[in-house]
Amino acid sequence: MLKRKDLLGLIDLTKEEITEILDVASDMKRHLKDGDKNLPYLRGKTVTILFYENSTRTRTSFELASKYLGATVINIAAGTSSVAKGETLVDTGKTLDAQLNDFLIMRHPMGGAPYLLAKVAKAGVLNAGDGMNEHPTQALLDMLTMREHFGSLEGLKVAIVGDIKHSRVAKSNLFGLKTMGAKVYMYAPQTLIPKDIDKLGAVLCNSKEEALKDADVVMGLRIQLERQQAGNFPSLNEYASFYGVDGKSLKLAKPNAIIMHPGPVNRGVELTGKVIDHEKSRIEEQVFSGIAVRMAVLKLLNDYRDFTK
Amino acid sequence: MIIKDGNVVLNNSVEKKDILIENGKIVKIADNIPVTGEEVLIASGLHIFPGLIDMHVHLREPGYEHKEDIESGCKASVKGGFTQICCMPNTDPITDNKVVVSYIKNRAKEVNLCKVHPIGAITKGEKGEQLAEIGEMKRAGAVAISDDGVSVKSARLMRLAMEYASGFQMKCLYHCEEKELVDGGVVNEGLSSTIAGLKGIPRSAEDIVIAREIALAESLDVPVHICHVSTHSGVRLIRDAKRAGVKVTAETCPHYFAVTDEIIKSFDTNTKVNPPIREEVDKQAILEGLKDGTLDCIVTDHAPHHINDKNVEYNLASFGISGIETSLGFAITYLYKAGVLTLPQIAEKMSTAPARILDLDGGEIKEGGVADLTLVNLDESFVVDPASFVSKGKNSPFKGYKLDGVVKYTIVDGVVKYQA
Repeated sequence: MLKRKDLLGLIDLTKEEITEILDVASDMKRHLKDGDKNLPYLRGKTVTILFYENSTRTRTSFELASKYLGATVINIAAGTSSVAKGETLVDTGKTLDAQLNDFLIMRHPMGGAPYLLAKVAKAGVLNAGDGMNEHPTQALLDMLTMREHFGSLEGLKVAIVGDIKHSRVAKSNLFGLKTMGAKVYMYAPQTLIPKDIDKLGAVLCNSKEEALKDADVVMGLRIQLERQQAGNFPSLNEYASFYGVDGKSLKLAKPNAIIMHPGPVNRGVELTGKVIDHEKSRIEEQVFSGIAVRMAVLKLLNDYRDFTK
Repeated sequence: MIIKDGNVVLNNSVEKKDILIENGKIVKIADNIPVTGEEVLIASGLHIFPGLIDMHVHLREPGYEHKEDIESGCKASVKGGFTQICCMPNTDPITDNKVVVSYIKNRAKEVNLCKVHPIGAITKGEKGEQLAEIGEMKRAGAVAISDDGVSVKSARLMRLAMEYASGFQMKCLYHCEEKELVDGGVVNEGLSSTIAGLKGIPRSAEDIVIAREIALAESLDVPVHICHVSTHSGVRLIRDAKRAGVKVTAETCPHYFAVTDEIIKSFDTNTKVNPPIREEVDKQAILEGLKDGTLDCIVTDHAPHHINDKNVEYNLASFGISGIETSLGFAITYLYKAGVLTLPQIAEKMSTAPARILDLDGGEIKEGGVADLTLVNLDESFVVDPASFVSKGKNSPFKGYKLDGVVKYTIVDGVVKYQA
């Protein structure tokens, strides 16, 4: 059983814990596929979704996951709340506790913020992305999508191409995939590779070809357009040419390979339109996996919460 | 007063001697000084250091009294064994004129614990635009100038400041930080910053300015002092400059020689300090620099903060560690007991060198010298408990660390100002 109050990152999750989450998520997915959106494991529980950064896909995914589980869901956009009036995260956490929340799902632009919230809040905290740190449910949904296609994560070659430095998705995937026995290859402009990431087990590649050759999974990452203005690379055109995945480079991957992207995609930059819409693309499947994974995490954290009460 | 049977830490040796003090001065250092009615302090089992001097402290008053004030800061200082401290000018208002300098001196006199020497700002308002009235501040009692907290960006202005200040025998204590390279970073750039997903500060942000200061000092042939060195490459730059005869001196802090940036992975905002705690290679170079004399002194960069400044997201937290009550413990545990420095060398780094660099009275135990003394039990240990700090700043990342060396008495001008 997942014996945790919070899910803050994949950095310290064991293989058994990840496997359990993915197993439960598979079950959830089966139910959803059967048209069963009424899985009331969280009936009578309250979930608050607290987003300090804009998001559509992750926020709605968490909201739907909570609702399919029968929870009462509140959405707080930080811009419209007391946060805008200068309330600290610690005080926000205490307030949300006093309102008897069971779970707080937070996205925050600063690394480590969920750790602070988890320390002060009695409610369970789910990290929905914190700065450049982690995005654990994204990596879990990526792993679920991979496992469904390949049956196992063991030994897979996963090529992650793009802005690794600012990507919490890349980092959570690195932590999770390493734990599950996959190999992670990374390729990015030198200015967008975080220092010493190879010491965490990533294989840094010198070319797109090296990264994509015989890959089982090709994962693009969203590039924020302001990174170009900050001088990390000269133009989107050059970026797309060297770090974008097109139909030709895709041929380097294994015949059974799949294409992934956490979205939203800049068409023609990280991936060409042809690649996005390719039969190997699992981008929409990832979105579906996301709901199932978030349901699984909420259910497991809630089981432990009830168990320890 | 006669201090009997203490182990006196002299320049090159430690000797069991008695010390006779009259009118705030050391009159005699000898074996078995006969007692003729004086007050006697039995110091058997204790080591007697020249009164410790911390030339880099933030007292926060005036302006930030919720973080620290002169009284709480001085109480913390004498508890930490310090008899003299120098306080940085990033107060509110900035210590950039004789009025603020005089205010600090007067408050410290009223508090009457340790000696407090204000350090004036290099530029008015620490804005980096116009020189502060360096001569007036010196006359009011400032002992040096510094831009600590806010770097002077212009190399031209910095050069003029060093040149002008040298006419008043005022040293520049330089905080080396190129903000463009810091670029919003909050921790050292390395494996730990990658793991934590916190923005890193490269070593070059510090080194580039150390190199600039060395170049300015060399071309002007005036002295410069480099604050809180944290990088291995910075140590090398300073070592090479010293060998070449440049008049450069430098300091480092306990958090740079005792720990590495692995501690930031906890997201404990008390680990956030500027410059950031760096990696093992830097820690080793700092230890080597202390050993070979590249790094002249140990300071705390005591930077007390209110809980509200720290109990926030890591990015939002203030930089700084409250360190004055643990500094000697770190030196004894991580330098003396670890075999890096001898006791006379610790006295040199924490008293003699700061006195020499800033031309302060004190810094050694000698007949005729000022009776500033720190009496320490080297074999007694304590567990760091920030909640019990005398300083208002409880922001130490070292909660639970066991340190050797407990200060038993702090004596200033022959008067016991602190007793454990």
